[in-house]
Amino acid sequence: MSGRILALLKRDLLRLLLGARGGGALLPVLFFLSVAMLYPFAVGPDAPLLARTGGGVIWVAALLAAILPLDRLVEPDLEMGQFDQWALRGISEELVIAVRVLAHWLSFGPPLMLAALPAAALLGLEGHTLLTVEIGLLAGTPGLAALGVTVAALTAGLRGGAALAGLLVIPMAVPVLIFGAGSLGAGGESGLALAAAASLVLLALAPFAGGAAVRAARN
Amino acid sequence: MQGASIAIDDLACRRGDRLLFRGLSLRLRAGEALRVVGRNGIGKSSLLRIVAGLAPPFAGKVNAEGAIGLVDERPALDPARTLGEALAFWRQIDGAGERNGDLGRLGLEALLDVPVRYLSTGQKKRAALARLLGQEAGIWLLDEPLNGLDTHAAALAEALTAEHCAAGGIALIASHQPFALPGMATLALSDYTT
Repeated sequence: MSGRILALLKRDLLRLLLGARGGGALLPVLFFLSVAMLYPFAVGPDAPLLARTGGGVIWVAALLAAILPLDRLVEPDLEMGQFDQWALRGISEELVIAVRVLAHWLSFGPPLMLAALPAAALLGLEGHTLLTVEIGLLAGTPGLAALGVTVAALTAGLRGGAALAGLLVIPMAVPVLIFGAGSLGAGGESGLALAAAASLVLLALAPFAGGAAVRAARN
Repeated sequence: MQGASIAIDDLACRRGDRLLFRGLSLRLRAGEALRVVGRNGIGKSSLLRIVAGLAPPFAGKVNAEGAIGLVDERPALDPARTLGEALAFWRQIDGAGERNGDLGRLGLEALLDVPVRYLSTGQKKRAALARLLGQEAGIWLLDEPLNGLDTHAAALAEALTAEHCAAGGIALIASHQPFALPGMATLALSDYTT
């Protein structure tokens, strides 16, 4: 069984990191960096303002960047019959979705955390703010990954599913955003714990909700 | 592969609000093959998906003993990866070894470096057959297996199915094209429509 899980994870990672035509993992990172680059142009070179609001901008950019790969997460496998073949081999939809959440997070979470370093420099964030942002992203992005895969499974096979998925993720990601970005304020450390808690809830639900959605989409 | 069997009792299938067929009962034992025929939309593919456990029956019972392999119009091979990588993925999932003999027979050896999206319909179908062989399943469900195959490849698909049945496997074939297989029975789904 563990060999199968590793094979699934390797395939998902290759597909999400290098996905030839979707831009792979580079696209969310570039999107994230361009938001961080555009924001100072839009609000002007007011260093204290940038430093005060920059952390929140990074959070919004991270959330939006996580939406970009949604249409590649579940739909192609449903369309190409992969889920049917896994089901025939006794590999449950829940397991596939759980592996996919991990692969999706690996393909955008750590890259965004790395990209947050140049983004913080562009926005003039201080060291301790950057540290809080990084810890917050570590706590919050797994939840965003779980949410993304769940919504991608729910909207797979629908017309305009990709756009719908983006719209559905945004309101459901609000708790993670509030706690994550809220941790940047004074005395906001408890926000990190709450962001992590929201992540854990989403991670626990994702395999079951996503698996049920895939089975429903098959009929 | 030994001990494979399919038992279908009083099966009915509904798509949307239409009852496609009902009262279908049949038994398939090791080494037997059955071809399901009928006009388009009569429920041949639905029958195969119910037997595979991928769709629920509207009524009745299906009991399939043995691993099930399915080949339908979707090859389940990643379009962006090369044929070799895509087949290697399924070999890992199935825990199967390299089967170069099969690839050679199916004429796929020269295509292993080609991304799946560049393959023709017939080449993808042959790749799906290679995936099926690697699975070593006792029950083969073949949905229009000859679609897109040239005469040579079609004869090869028939020969592979004959070998599979001779080795104690079961083949359930939905096809409106003639499928030459010794000892194969034919089931007309139109006998079970309402």
